[in-house]
Amino acid sequence: MSHYKMHLLVCAGTGCHASESDLVYEMLHDEVERKGLNDDVQVIRTGCFGFCEKGPIVKVLPDNTFYTQVKPDDAREIIDEHVIKGREVERLLYLDPETNEHVIDSKHMGFYKKQLRVALRNCGTIDPENIDESIARDAYMALGKVITEMTPQEAIDLIKRSGLRGRGGAGFPTGLKWEITSKNQSDRKFVVCNADEGDPGAFMDRSILEGDPHSVLEAMAICGYCIGASEGLIYIRAEYPLAIRRLKIAISQARSYGLLGDNILGSDFSFDIKLRYGAGAFVCGEETALINSMEGHRGEPTNKPPFPAEKGYLGKPTCVNNVETFANVPVIVLKGAEWFSSIGTEKSKGTKVFALAGKINNVGLIEVPMGITLREIIYEIGGGVKGGKKFKAVQTGGPSGGCLTEKHLDTPIDYESLMAAGSMMGSGGMIVLDEDDCMVSVAKFYLDFIVEESCGRCAPCRIGSKRLYETLDRITVGKGEQEDIEILKNLGSVIRDTALCGLGQTAPNPVISTLDNFMEEYVEHVHEKKCRSGQCRDLLYYVISEENCTGCMACTRVCPTHAISGERRQPHVINQEVCIKCGACMEKCQFDAISLMKDYPREVQLTTK
Amino acid sequence: MSKKITISPEAFEYMEKVTGTDGVEVRVNLPKKIIEQINEICDSFDNDPGELINVLHEAQNQFGYLSAEVQDVVAHNLHIPVAQVYGVVTFYSYFSMIPKGEYPISICMGTACYVRGAERVLEEFTKELGIKVGETTPDGRFSINCLRCVGACGLAPVVLVGEKVYGRVSPDGVKQIIDEYKKADGGSC
Repeated sequence: MSHYKMHLLVCAGTGCHASESDLVYEMLHDEVERKGLNDDVQVIRTGCFGFCEKGPIVKVLPDNTFYTQVKPDDAREIIDEHVIKGREVERLLYLDPETNEHVIDSKHMGFYKKQLRVALRNCGTIDPENIDESIARDAYMALGKVITEMTPQEAIDLIKRSGLRGRGGAGFPTGLKWEITSKNQSDRKFVVCNADEGDPGAFMDRSILEGDPHSVLEAMAICGYCIGASEGLIYIRAEYPLAIRRLKIAISQARSYGLLGDNILGSDFSFDIKLRYGAGAFVCGEETALINSMEGHRGEPTNKPPFPAEKGYLGKPTCVNNVETFANVPVIVLKGAEWFSSIGTEKSKGTKVFALAGKINNVGLIEVPMGITLREIIYEIGGGVKGGKKFKAVQTGGPSGGCLTEKHLDTPIDYESLMAAGSMMGSGGMIVLDEDDCMVSVAKFYLDFIVEESCGRCAPCRIGSKRLYETLDRITVGKGEQEDIEILKNLGSVIRDTALCGLGQTAPNPVISTLDNFMEEYVEHVHEKKCRSGQCRDLLYYVISEENCTGCMACTRVCPTHAISGERRQPHVINQEVCIKCGACMEKCQFDAISLMKDYPREVQLTTK
Repeated sequence: MSKKITISPEAFEYMEKVTGTDGVEVRVNLPKKIIEQINEICDSFDNDPGELINVLHEAQNQFGYLSAEVQDVVAHNLHIPVAQVYGVVTFYSYFSMIPKGEYPISICMGTACYVRGAERVLEEFTKELGIKVGETTPDGRFSINCLRCVGACGLAPVVLVGEKVYGRVSPDGVKQIIDEYKKADGGSC
């Protein structure tokens, strides 16, 4: 890449792509050509920069100028002003919300300051469709080192020493998994990359595959060398067409360079990778279900043991690792186990990628050292809660996780601390909730997801989660009773203890965690029939203001249940017992006399009783 | 590895009346061309039952959906029970047994979109088009379905019409999106 004087990096991740970054790329490219700058300036489409909130992103190297929300029409100005005249286009620079000043380069942005990019090291730096750029950034060096200088056991020991743990959720030590698989004798073994990122709101695996596919391919080959496998499979969601396309390109380029296939780098180690597609089933992220799905069956989990390390794909020993886990491996080999284990906490080493979303100013993909606090993530990197609202909770771990509240803001984040707080690392989705979010509704949302995604194989999950959902639904529509809260508690613990697989065992987590942290909201819903956030529409009350009501009778005529009464030219009253909350009266009223209230107003109570 | 058995289109027409070789009665009501197309897909995966999901992906790509008839032919070619194929098709949400609309509308119901109001957006779409989730309008132009996270959480709530992504959609903006496609149709006629 060295002979160009300047590089324009255009983010081509899914987020920016959705806001026309490909057009931005084309316009920049055309403009460079038109001005005859081809020899000096290169325009590159890269993977995700992480700062999705302000996409599309264009970054200029070598000066690291960071342009946000670039539109195709801005291309000419960037070329004319920045590239030719050397002046930044100020209006496109990131505006620091605190100082209200433009920030020139990405290193000084709050969003990036606290980040440490290991797994995402190449995302947003290289063109993922060009293997030469990856190689220029040391891709396949680690593979070369392992094959030529190390025995499989030495490489396994290195990974074990580094303390790398599975990034897919449970945090099983990666080196140990490799060692177990390597010790099981068989004529065929498999390396499987789990890219079935089903957790709604998490998109780190997709971003790695879209931005730096070679790091994953390389790590799979290293794993293959360690455990004695020559076949690798990537199980990827069909919903990720861009990642699939880039993987296909990367695999064929790696093959043509002799980095995959027979006798890699002249050694007697051979390894090749195939793709398998998911078809939209969350449970397939569970490794035994994933293996069933790869074999062409329904993606139902099976009992463990036997673990896939003994009997996996086609009944052969199989090592299943997550995308982000693999992306860490080449760096560990090159920089050493000691370097990696110097980052993070005592039991959780390295970094973790989180997908920050929900009610937060800087939505995006971040990578931080383990042990960082929630406060740093939300207020320093995330730029605080959107619209200056009050922070309520962070949901981590997706449908299997739980909520962290204000009291957890200063807890260092690692596998153990999240577990202790009643949540889990999960794949790294982090959804910020503010005061407008109803925690009972959030629990209901996740249970709805679980009910839909339960494979139906075991009764606790199939029937139990459905009953949980129904109970939550009763509470949110104002039909809940004290007994329902007990049902939630008991049923939750039974499901947790008796379900077959990880999905089922963790299914009640959103309920248990919100019960633990927000019991008062449940009690309010049940006893006062009130939703403090105003999200449960059935718990809102239509009320007629005495001042504004002219007594025109328009509302009484549209009310389907005849809940409104009152004389002509006299203020009307809604009988709350009869009202079905259809909203027809509010739509009809021309005097803004009807409004929605969160509390059951006292005067209304009087009139209805 | 499975034996390679491809059923000729003629055989299927014959089988309309009789019981198939594997003891299953087959009623296939498909044009020859389609059967040939399915045979080709199955062939390209060596009629390997392990490739069932890939076969179904390819078939859905070509036909838009997986009708019962298409599943019959696939089952015969891969030499597995139709029940197994049906089991797989209905298990995975990506596979559909009804044709999607000309403009398939997908509303993201991932957590990020949900907390930013996707539910109301979905409600507006169902109200505006008069169909429920998973249905297609009688004229075949629009269909609605939900999906879980397209990963464009920065743009939440997100709506896809075909491949086109609409970000930060508000309930008020729904009609405008639909009109865009209604108009596109009117203009081209």
